Amino acid sequence: MGDDPELLRRLLRAKDRMDAASHEDWPVRRLARVSGVSEAHFARRFKDAFGVPPHRYLLSRRIERAAAMLRDTDLSVTEIAFATGWKSLGTFGRTFRDVTSESPGDRRARERAAGNGPGRVPACYLAAAHRPDLRIAVSEKRRRAAGGRT
Amino acid sequence: MGQGVEVVGLYVRDQEEARAFYVEKLGFRVHTDVKNGDYRWLTVQHPDQPSFQLGLFLPGPPTIDAATAKAVAGIVAKGAMPPLVLAVDDCRAAYERWRARGVEFTQEPVERYGNVDASFRDPSGNGWKLVQSRK
Repeated sequence: MGDDPELLRRLLRAKDRMDAASHEDWPVRRLARVSGVSEAHFARRFKDAFGVPPHRYLLSRRIERAAAMLRDTDLSVTEIAFATGWKSLGTFGRTFRDVTSESPGDRRARERAAGNGPGRVPACYLAAAHRPDLRIAVSEKRRRAAGGRT
Repeated sequence: MGQGVEVVGLYVRDQEEARAFYVEKLGFRVHTDVKNGDYRWLTVQHPDQPSFQLGLFLPGPPTIDAATAKAVAGIVAKGAMPPLVLAVDDCRAAYERWRARGVEFTQEPVERYGNVDASFRDPSGNGWKLVQSRK
């Protein structure tokens, strides 16, 4: 059941929709409707197919997009936070730091200093290649980091 | 033709469906479509690129075993096959034209560094980037 290609193709549609509009809210109900899967089964099916729960996938896409905007635009960190779907600057800053081990401001300063141009790799593939690899929940990562400091 | 890459194949879930998609929706032409028993060799061409064929192949026996074919079908359906890039003169025009024909776009045209790109998928799940490069 989990590897039925027809189901996987429909789950991919939900993933594509998050990719296209990662700044929007994607409650399970909305994703389940896109995939034609029941709400009760959606998260499990998505994780089986793509290795991460849907909300964590969305989070990684938002961080990826924010990182690209920090590098490629002159928008302020606040503007980037709201443009990428966060409700508050504080949550954005904390989550970005938890995921990438760097504050948004530090990331921007480092990228600018390195002067990395896009070169010959198409921009979208380059961004995807630097997508955070969230194998554990952000809360778990936070907990481990806190444990490591004591 | 001289030397160079002549055929690159995609795996598709249904060759009839794939042929209709690439020919009727995207405007490719059929180069070869021959059957040998259950095996069907199907390639299409971009009208501006007569030396290159895009193969639309069904994963399955006898070329690969049934279990592997099933795994491959899953990988295609999950969109995990490698990037495909189609160059166009006018990305926004192609987007409008193909979307009207029912092509499943996954990203609207976006301008980046002077290029314009959009994304779509074929019915099987193969993902294409549609790129209009800065002249």
